[in-house]
Amino acid sequence: MSETESGGGAHGATIELVNLTKRYPGNPSPAVDNVTMEIKAGETVIFVGPSGCGKSTTLKMINRLIEPTGGRIRIDGEDVTDIDPVKLRRKVGYAIQSSGLFPHMTVAQNIALVPKMIGWPKGRIRDRVEEMLDLVGLDPGEFHGRYPRQLSGGQQQRVGVARALAADPPVLLMDEPFGAVDPITRDHLQDELIRLQHELHKTIVFVTHDFDEAIKLGDRIAVLRERSHIAQFDTPEAILTNPADDFVSGFVGAGAALKRLNLSRVRDVEITDYPTVTVDDPLQTIFNKLRSSGTNEILLLDQRRRPYKWLRRGDLMRARGSLARAGTLVSDTVTRDATLRDALEAVLTDNTGRVAVTGRRGEYIGVVDMETLLNSVHELLEADRLEALEAQHELEEARAAQTHAEQEGPGGEAKA
Amino acid sequence: MNFWEYLANRHQQLLTDAYQQASLVFQCMLMATAIGVVIGVVTYRSGWAGNLATVGTSAILTVPSLAMIGLLIPLVGLGVPPTVIALTLYGLLPVVRNAIVGLRGVDPTLVDAAKGIGMSSAMRLLRVELPLAWPPILTGIRVSTQMLMGIAAIAAYASGPGLGNEIFRGIASLGSKNALNQVLAGTLGIIILALLFDAAYVVIGRLTIPRGIRV
Ligand SMILES: Nc1ncnc2c1ncn2[C@@H]1O[C@H](COP(=O)(O)OP(=O)(O)OP(=O)(O)O)[C@@H](O)[C@H]1O
Ligand SMILES: [Mg+2]
Repeated sequence: MSETESGGGAHGATIELVNLTKRYPGNPSPAVDNVTMEIKAGETVIFVGPSGCGKSTTLKMINRLIEPTGGRIRIDGEDVTDIDPVKLRRKVGYAIQSSGLFPHMTVAQNIALVPKMIGWPKGRIRDRVEEMLDLVGLDPGEFHGRYPRQLSGGQQQRVGVARALAADPPVLLMDEPFGAVDPITRDHLQDELIRLQHELHKTIVFVTHDFDEAIKLGDRIAVLRERSHIAQFDTPEAILTNPADDFVSGFVGAGAALKRLNLSRVRDVEITDYPTVTVDDPLQTIFNKLRSSGTNEILLLDQRRRPYKWLRRGDLMRARGSLARAGTLVSDTVTRDATLRDALEAVLTDNTGRVAVTGRRGEYIGVVDMETLLNSVHELLEADRLEALEAQHELEEARAAQTHAEQEGPGGEAKA
Repeated sequence: MNFWEYLANRHQQLLTDAYQQASLVFQCMLMATAIGVVIGVVTYRSGWAGNLATVGTSAILTVPSLAMIGLLIPLVGLGVPPTVIALTLYGLLPVVRNAIVGLRGVDPTLVDAAKGIGMSSAMRLLRVELPLAWPPILTGIRVSTQMLMGIAAIAAYASGPGLGNEIFRGIASLGSKNALNQVLAGTLGIIILALLFDAAYVVIGRLTIPRGIRV
């Protein structure tokens, strides 16, 4: 049972839930009632629904932390309902709220746990720990030997995800993993997860009761009502523009147009190049660039090519040639994975009317400006409106046909 | 002979007694710890079993020490055996109680996480639950040791080793010129030993409690 996969990385596996049911002892009505659902390999599926509707119970039945009372679970076609649960869990990553890191082990020891259990050699484990820390955006040298209590909530959560992914499981279960961190950190963690998923293509099942989070992260969203009954299981776009019933639209909430912005990412719009200089450039070069650029300002990058300041013509004159005093600091940047909503927010707050796009280590990639954003938003909303109109039209036609049939039916009989 | 002259005169005997007492308590504590932790591990998951273990070990503690040793002598004879058995039994309660409280007190989300990442129940116990419950267990061991240090003096009654002999000799010859010195020397010796053990536990705690959960 040592090698489940080779170094290349295990991509996702399918998950099938068939008539899955859980009855807790002493409670006549089941907590999860007959759930049947198919999750594709490499897909991120979000369970969203009101508190107590059975999201966690359903999730925990997938790795059998909770044993189902009835029904089957199949992962990659293999029936895992009756196999040794310990074996099953080593193939299924598990990350929970408040990270669940073991406080008496260092970050490295926490991450190494599963690889150790499945018998990886020492050297490979050591490399893997570094790789995982790097993957979740933590500097291995700095965080390796720290204890969980020496980390912020967001950092703990990252390590929790790193631990869950360490042995490269094809499936990752996450139960409100970002529920306990502040909104800004949560936003960053969500972006990270999206980036990660772009690289890894795991099958992720993610529980939340935050619909915005569901829209942002999900390929598909399962809106659950009580006893885990599926109210709608579809793409975020479809749920936003075409909610199945009042329960779902209640859950979607107001401001669907703004929420729609959460569905598109900076990578989907045009990222334009922009004149830049670095702090190491000689002043003369910077002057020349300012003069020749044809834009009002240019972007000054720091030594590590991260956006640092916006420099306007004249700024340098006023600061008497001192780069330290000239220009305005870059207040906000976005990554390629940020949503258009985040980008809009950043553009609105930055007085240059544009926002710098950065890569994994914060290095400059390009900019997105107001005009690009507005155009994209209009296109999006237009497309959605057409789709919704079409759907409504179909619905009306169907209704008309039904009414027609009802009127015809009894009438015809009376005549006879 | 004043007290200091007495000490100077008898230091050989006193050191031997002190050494024997320390060794007695240390060995009994080892056994009480091993047995106590096992009882804790076996019973903590079930409500009634855990409570039974706590009640049982505290019942032992209510038996007066003289009576306990008196009861053991007909069974195992005089000397070391009755002393060791009695002390080990007395030492159980704090260890068992703290082991159960400590193991039950492990954050349930950590237990959930341990299961969730695929630890077997033995591994969960050894790698997660026991290390996290170790600080309270160590406190139990420390309390137990203090208690045994006093009770061990009674061992002399069964011809056992230790500083108790000094005290008993003094009590037996009350009125003689060295009686008070003997009782005093025995008692002070026990107090000093107890303090030394306590200091040792601070060091043991430093060495064995993982840095991540040290307060
Ligand atoms: N161990 C248990 N014993 C008995 N009933 C339970 C147990 N765990 C959960 N339940 C019940 O099952 C139902 C579903 O619980 P579950 O934890 O799956 O909800 P949830 O959707 O995850 O809620 P939340 O959003 O608050 O986490 C609830 O009514 C809950 O009271
Ligand atoms: Mg839950």
